[in-house]
Amino acid sequence: MSLRVLNAGPLSLYQDAGRPGYAQLGVSNSGVFDRQSQRVANLLVGNQPNAVVVEALGGGLAIIATADHVVAIAGAAGPVTINGEPVTTGRALSLHHEYILRLGTPTLGLRWTLGIAGGFDVPFVLGSASTDTLGQIGPPAVAVGDELRVLAPAGRISTETFPAYLPAGELTVRLTLGPRDDWYSAEAIATLLSAPWLVEADSDRIGIRLAGPNLARRVIGELASEPVVRGSVQVTSSGRPVILGPDHPVTGGYPVIGVVADADTDLLAHVRPGDTIRFSRARS
Amino acid sequence: MRVLPCGDQAVLLDCATAAEARSWQFALADQVPTVLGATTVLLRGKPASLRALISATSVSPEQHRTGNQVTIEVTYDGPDLAAVAEYCGLAIAEVIAAHTGSEWTVGFAGFAPGFAYLTDGDPRLDVPRLDRPRPQVAAGSVGLAGRFSGIYPRSSPGGWQLIGSTTAVMWDLDRPMPALLQPGDTVSFKQVGQ
Repeated sequence: MSLRVLNAGPLSLYQDAGRPGYAQLGVSNSGVFDRQSQRVANLLVGNQPNAVVVEALGGGLAIIATADHVVAIAGAAGPVTINGEPVTTGRALSLHHEYILRLGTPTLGLRWTLGIAGGFDVPFVLGSASTDTLGQIGPPAVAVGDELRVLAPAGRISTETFPAYLPAGELTVRLTLGPRDDWYSAEAIATLLSAPWLVEADSDRIGIRLAGPNLARRVIGELASEPVVRGSVQVTSSGRPVILGPDHPVTGGYPVIGVVADADTDLLAHVRPGDTIRFSRARS
Repeated sequence: MRVLPCGDQAVLLDCATAAEARSWQFALADQVPTVLGATTVLLRGKPASLRALISATSVSPEQHRTGNQVTIEVTYDGPDLAAVAEYCGLAIAEVIAAHTGSEWTVGFAGFAPGFAYLTDGDPRLDVPRLDRPRPQVAAGSVGLAGRFSGIYPRSSPGGWQLIGSTTAVMWDLDRPMPALLQPGDTVSFKQVGQ
């Protein structure tokens, strides 16, 4: 039960729900960026929702089956082929022995989630198969020539189709102010909530880095390092907001002006350099 | 202690002191997932339930320690040792004596797996971070920043002022407890070499 990697794409990582509960060791949760697509891909192929998937950034991942498999692709939208024939994402697909699956460049979104009946079989580190790119914990990224091992399928394959759910165009995410909004001027908060924010090219699983107007601090001084969460919006000393992703450090020294609604952080897996993000005030 | 909002899946307890933060973490760690900061504690869960839990909890102010005592052998050969001495108005020997002469407490973890922020050291050792972080700091480097001391578990970028180095392995996934130091442990430094 395995597949072989013909092309690894720019960055393809094993992911599951991550490793909660190790913060006292300095280990962050990590885990799949788009959690909703992990649930969808696993549900379609009859896995438990947290079975190990491959999170593939952009286009390029190509794998050849060395046995008969059932796969499902969720997350991004765009061209996916099996033996050159276009296939539909968001549903279970047969990938027969020696068939080749190729994930193209997404037309919408940025990260593909590849689920496989049985789930990928990789060694767990601290209870998880996730690769933490900052903490450098977990398996290495998928590489050309790798054999992707698969566990024996146990569940029932779904006949459902899940339509792509990514919104097109400008993304608005809901934000709760705090814990350190009082470190910023009222103007800075008004700016945060009204300006369009441009996604920068150095965004990754650690953080989505944004360009836009400067956010002035009211309190000058150093914040004693404090815990941060996925979705925390830090403002660096250069006045640039960063929305923390799944591989964020456990603690950070920049004051967090607000936190993105947890449910909306899945969408951040799919923003690309040059995209626009807006923040709206969450109803609390 | 103030309860600060932190999104829809957590709250942040902002405490007056590190000891108070540790007390809250100690009191609540069995009930909800917690993450300790320098003077803060993150609690994970629905904010309304967490606020109810906090109202129903009282903490005792005494220091919470694990009882673990760790001694770390250090060669005081760091590239910033002389600069630290000058900044603190001490002789190099006095910096070493201050670093080895006080008992440190692991306040919290962060920055990298196995990186422990050591607190309660000699208050004379209070130095700023480097203006320009080094792109590469060797594993085992012993540093100072603010009134913290810390040891780099692996080679990484870093902005702490480096005063020495140790061969102690701070992080090893093949150990039952990968991190050498955990919050509440007591740490002493011992000079070796030279």
